[in-house]
Amino acid sequence: MIWHSVLFTLFAAIACGFAMAVVFTSNVVRMAFYLVISLSATSGLFFLAGADFVGAMQLMIYVGGTLVLLIFGVMLTAQQRFVQMRPSRSEVLLAGLLGAALLVLLASAAVGVPTWRGSGPKAAALDEPPLTATPIALGLLGFRVDGDPDDGQNRAGYLLPFEIISVHLLVVLVGAAYLARTRLTAGSLAQQPPGGFEQDAAEDRIAEVEAIAADSPGTEGPPT
Amino acid sequence: MILASLVTEPVGVAHYLIVGAVLFIAGIVCMATKRNLLGVLMGVELVLNGANVNFIAIGSPYLRGDAASVGLDGQLMALFVIVLAAAEAAVALAIALNFYNTVHTIDVDAADQLRG
Repeated sequence: MIWHSVLFTLFAAIACGFAMAVVFTSNVVRMAFYLVISLSATSGLFFLAGADFVGAMQLMIYVGGTLVLLIFGVMLTAQQRFVQMRPSRSEVLLAGLLGAALLVLLASAAVGVPTWRGSGPKAAALDEPPLTATPIALGLLGFRVDGDPDDGQNRAGYLLPFEIISVHLLVVLVGAAYLARTRLTAGSLAQQPPGGFEQDAAEDRIAEVEAIAADSPGTEGPPT
Repeated sequence: MILASLVTEPVGVAHYLIVGAVLFIAGIVCMATKRNLLGVLMGVELVLNGANVNFIAIGSPYLRGDAASVGLDGQLMALFVIVLAAAEAAVALAIALNFYNTVHTIDVDAADQLRG
């Protein structure tokens, strides 16, 4: 019980603190690093709440996949010496005021519901540690094993949303690969600024093609 | 102050909701104040993460007890949010790369070509 509170306080402080650090730093590489720490601490909160499978997925997909994607984005769009783009002070002030007002609203809503107030980890849930991977997988396949059928708690499965999101992910990844591809045409290669190795390769290819084209009339007919 | 009483009482759903609210606000402010397009993307990630914290807290049998729990609905929704966030990050990063190749900067204020 006491460890639950201590670990919750630790993970919550890390998550919130580094989320604030993401806001307040202006170096985009440091922002990505702080975001990694914040998301990892959030997965620790998921483990504390009994969502072991979601916590593992958070670590694997968010921290392992999305952040790597973001860091590649930082590297691919790096400007000279990481120019710092700062907004004007009035914009920062306005955003801070609106954020503080919204935070007060959300916090008052969160503490205002009596059934959400803490009474510690429930004793019924502490008896057996709930392993959620198999029930979640069955739920995604359309079978729910977590509800109690005697109470009329038959719950709907998630097969259709699972299929929809699968196709959605496929379409999104194909679209992202299509959007981010490099457009290599003969015209764009010839107009590239000098210095890249693609330029040399393109010039070699063009020279090759021209040499073949120049040779071809002579080799068409048999030599007389 | 009602927030001060949260410190003394054991951890419940309200604590998780406060954490989710802080992550959400951090993401909103990040989206509003960053001029780097990737900074805006990181703000979106923070917002989705705050929503995930709320889903997990509401659906947790640890925090609400078995009677008031919503079963695994919260965790399934959180999984869907994670997958959607990954898809969103992929598409937004592709757009960011195209944007950078077009205007040769990553500053979102440079995207004013559609301004009338």
